[in-house]
Amino acid sequence: MSRLFTPNRALLGFLLALSLVPLFAAPFTVTLVNYIGLYALVALGLVLLTGIGGLTSFGQAAFVGLGAYATAYLTTRHGMSPWGTLIVGMVITTAVSLALGFITLRLSGHFLPLGTIAWGISLYFIFGNLEALGGHGGIDGIPAVDLFGLELGSGRAFFYVIWATLLAAIVTTQNMLDSREGRAMRCLRSMTMTEAMGINTLWYRMVLFMIAAQFACVSGWLYAHLQRFVNPTPFSLGHGIEYLFMAVLGGTAAVWGAVFGATAVTFLKEWLQDLLPKLLGATGNFEMVVFGLLTIIVLHRTRDGLWPILMRFIPQREGKKTVEPALPLPRRDLPTTGREVLQVKNVTKRFGGLVANDRMNLTVRAGEVMALIGPNGAGKSTLFNCISGVNPPTEGEIHFMDQRIDALSSREIAKLGMSRTFQHVRLNQDMTVLENAAIGAHLRGRKNFVQSAWRLDREEERRLLWEASHQLERCGLGEHLFDAAGSLPLGKQRIVEIARALCSDPTLLLLDEPAAGLRHLEKRALAELLAKLRAEGMAILLVEHDMDFVMGLADRVVVMEFGEHLAEGLPQEIQTNPKVLEAYLGGVDA
Amino acid sequence: MKPTLLETQDLCVNYGRVEAIHKVSIRIREGDIVTVIGPNGAGKTTLLSALMGLLPARGEVAYQGQPTLGKVSVDGLVGKGLVLVPEKRELFGSMSVADNLLLGAFARHRRGARDHARTMEEVFAIFPRLAERRAQEAGTLSGGERQMLAMGRALMAKPTLLMLDEPSLGLAPLIVKEIFRIVVQLKDMGVSVLLVEQNARAALQVADYGYVLENGSVALESDARTLLNDPRVIESYLGLGGSHSIAA
Amino acid sequence: MDFSVALLLAQDGVTNGAIYALLSLALVLVFAVTRVIFIPQGEFVAYGALSMAAINAGFLPPTMWLVVTLGIAVAVVESVAALREGATARLPMIVFRNAVLPILAVIAVRYLPLKSLAYPLQVAIALAFVVPLGPQIYRLAFQPVAEATVLLLLIVSVAVHFMLVGLGLYFFGAEGGRTPAFTDGGFTLGPTYVQFQTLWIVGIAALLIAGLALFFERSIYGKALRATAINRTGARLMGISADLAGKLCFTLAALVGAFSGILIAPITTIYYDTGFLIGLKGFVGAIIGGLASYPLAAAGAILVGLLESYSSFYASAYKEVIVFTLIIPVLLWQSLAKHHVDDEDEH
Repeated sequence: MSRLFTPNRALLGFLLALSLVPLFAAPFTVTLVNYIGLYALVALGLVLLTGIGGLTSFGQAAFVGLGAYATAYLTTRHGMSPWGTLIVGMVITTAVSLALGFITLRLSGHFLPLGTIAWGISLYFIFGNLEALGGHGGIDGIPAVDLFGLELGSGRAFFYVIWATLLAAIVTTQNMLDSREGRAMRCLRSMTMTEAMGINTLWYRMVLFMIAAQFACVSGWLYAHLQRFVNPTPFSLGHGIEYLFMAVLGGTAAVWGAVFGATAVTFLKEWLQDLLPKLLGATGNFEMVVFGLLTIIVLHRTRDGLWPILMRFIPQREGKKTVEPALPLPRRDLPTTGREVLQVKNVTKRFGGLVANDRMNLTVRAGEVMALIGPNGAGKSTLFNCISGVNPPTEGEIHFMDQRIDALSSREIAKLGMSRTFQHVRLNQDMTVLENAAIGAHLRGRKNFVQSAWRLDREEERRLLWEASHQLERCGLGEHLFDAAGSLPLGKQRIVEIARALCSDPTLLLLDEPAAGLRHLEKRALAELLAKLRAEGMAILLVEHDMDFVMGLADRVVVMEFGEHLAEGLPQEIQTNPKVLEAYLGGVDA
Repeated sequence: MKPTLLETQDLCVNYGRVEAIHKVSIRIREGDIVTVIGPNGAGKTTLLSALMGLLPARGEVAYQGQPTLGKVSVDGLVGKGLVLVPEKRELFGSMSVADNLLLGAFARHRRGARDHARTMEEVFAIFPRLAERRAQEAGTLSGGERQMLAMGRALMAKPTLLMLDEPSLGLAPLIVKEIFRIVVQLKDMGVSVLLVEQNARAALQVADYGYVLENGSVALESDARTLLNDPRVIESYLGLGGSHSIAA
Repeated sequence: MDFSVALLLAQDGVTNGAIYALLSLALVLVFAVTRVIFIPQGEFVAYGALSMAAINAGFLPPTMWLVVTLGIAVAVVESVAALREGATARLPMIVFRNAVLPILAVIAVRYLPLKSLAYPLQVAIALAFVVPLGPQIYRLAFQPVAEATVLLLLIVSVAVHFMLVGLGLYFFGAEGGRTPAFTDGGFTLGPTYVQFQTLWIVGIAALLIAGLALFFERSIYGKALRATAINRTGARLMGISADLAGKLCFTLAALVGAFSGILIAPITTIYYDTGFLIGLKGFVGAIIGGLASYPLAAAGAILVGLLESYSSFYASAYKEVIVFTLIIPVLLWQSLAKHHVDDEDEH
């Protein structure tokens, strides 16, 4: 393919063509493109919510209605300025979205969409029945928006307001996703891991829902001042579902999917409403049938929607392939070598009638590698989950750095300086290795999503990425920084998890089978790395099945069987302990 | 020589880009207990899942002389008497022991069998503990009883080949002994058994033939008695010799 | 409000509540077994009621060509799958069951004097051309993505709902339908008048619920569905295929939906798009049961019926708002009671 058609030129051409629409296109087309802009803004929120957060909403049309009715009512009945009503609308939207989020987001992921169905229906009936809002007749006479003395009364003039708003939303959304906050949002589907990195997943899901609601609200405000009249019809649940179809058809994996989806659905709808009744010789909402069918086909065939398919024909922008040097992040003081960092006292964990851990005891000191071994099913991973707060113990006490932690959540424990890896690798397969590692450094940054949307976080961002790249270099992954994590072999993905854990600057590192799937030389490199971390004063607790690896590296070994403490000692003692031999190979006389 | 019941040729399974098992060829003859032993992560469970059609695999699997890979569904295999007792037991926790057992006969029920009451009595004869607990919810059973129920449920399907994935996992020695005694009893009743175990000694003591799986490949195979005395088996578990692989 | 009005409203509430209860049970079942939140449940109510109205008026079942079209589509999909497995022997049966049978049914129904048939036979014909849509929809829309996330299944579900509403307008037109009561009239009971149709509805709903309970408690297929809901892997290893379980519970859900429609058609005018709101009220009941408990869902649904009935008296314009607002305290309570987390990547 020739270089004539580059991503930058494609974007530039699109913007140029867009800016010419109001000047040269027929009024009908201008109206259509205006609507596309309004719809795309709502769909953009759904892309964030669905594609990034793994949640969805059918009630976005109601938020559009909220924005529209807020300004319609306040400007016509109370003479408020449209700019004031915009703020009022957004404040109400914030309150509603936080309340809805608060009651549904703690539950399984499908309760939010169900809640938004109820919300969508209820608000529609309220619009239609409240006298003050004009009932089903609606409200007319909404004033035009006044921008620096310029009255934006015509659809042509308003065109630029709509599309400038949409483009600003797209740019800020992209900025936000490409930041510490955005990385946390992109990992929300893997909740256990994300919480273990100290990230409050409930909060980020609330934020995503709130942003999506705000985009819808702003779209409604724009709509009211474009149309200068509102009634309940465009804010029904059916329209809420159409917004979702736009996002899904366009593609929820990329922000431009929203624009593409809104465009495709709008034009297709115009065309179908014209064509199908003629073709079938009957009345009916045939476009509904077609959209439903298209959505199902897209979800069956290509879950990321149509945008990625379109993108195959445009050469992709090369991502940035360098990490800028930056000031190192401040580190926490490591305890003096030999001090007891972790104490597990009489920890019992029951699952129903099963006892997975039975009065387990162990201690880990700063500057040592403690290995936890035992046959399959002995309860090692369960103990790891107890210690890291992923699945707290039924009985017993766990102390970390002189603080009792057995009742704390994994997020709070992460803040105290404990970090872990997982037996089943938990990386975001689509993010780069660098971004995955940077998740571990989340707690070492402060900038919020508004700051990152407006690029006020760049200095901190450089420091976080520099730290991540530094830890990856140390782990021998320097050449893979910009590869998608999922493209690495499983063994190396485990090492990415170690680098991610190191990014949190931990006092205690919990490693669940770090050497599994590694080749011999890679194992040796890993052992050297862990030995170096130990020398720096870090405490390391690891579960591992590769005995060569364990025996060569560990200072002390604890053996578990049936959830209980079976033996403890130096590696050589363990290797010759008859009880251990029996636990592994079995000693049953048939 | 007894006829072959199940045979694999160069069976490979990938997880993403990683090969979990590589060119595994095993054979189970009618009426035998065959064991696959090996350390954790060697690919034992993956092998069973592939045989059961739960995972996409390459290579060939023939059961009762018919190729099955990608051709016969899980319920089809169960209907033909190939039954797996999984490592995690996968019981129906909030249903009674009796209902769990009954559902073991589901595939046969669909093919017209109605002798479930008698089959259940036969299972109770093998596991009297289950008879005592028949009305109890499966989720309230102890670890040993759960394993018995998982095996009993599989026996309700009247298996020709019973595949057991780590039946001794997490069980105390006395119960392990009981489970292995029952495995031998099943063999005497004419059921062939593929026994996947980490507990090598116990498995090799009851088996006719054994395979040692390491890093996804068959590292050693022999009749069980020979393997029982092979020092390389111990090495592959505890790494005493400091050697890195016994496959070489 | 005097006592007799209160009783009348209670009667209304229980009648609707019984229908919502039936729907909520089907919704809980479908969700537990397949993880599909079955939004189109309400369309089956409308399809059932309007098909019944059409047949009662002597018209052919309007959905018959949809059943045939989807049947042919299922036959094609199944045949392709069978050919891929090399199971050519299954082809004739696949084609016969899915495509030929519906066509034969369409031919047969053309020769029946629909208008003069006995009421129960009309019911049977209405069901025969609506219920098969359930398993057909499962096979075509849900089975190919059966392993996907709840979220994706929910979006598919909403898309199916959209399609069925659009098609509903085409099949049944914009006008509503109403059918004659099973038995006309009623009787006076103390201060209130009870319609016979009310008794029919409550009675048949109770019978259906009892039938469902028996099915799940006693039959091996019912137990197999419960087992699939509890442990999908375990069920699969026992030869209970997810496809079979899915098809079975979509059939049940379609039957319950269509039958509910036939029950209420004599007391309410049903339009092509009324089903959605009715189905959603079943949902409110199901959510009260946490999408998991059958008795709680049924009780919740009765509560929804009563609340709707009384609020239609006090604030008729806001009755929908009041009913749907009910889920807020319910969700709040559930959300505070248990800290449930969903981790899609956990297996």
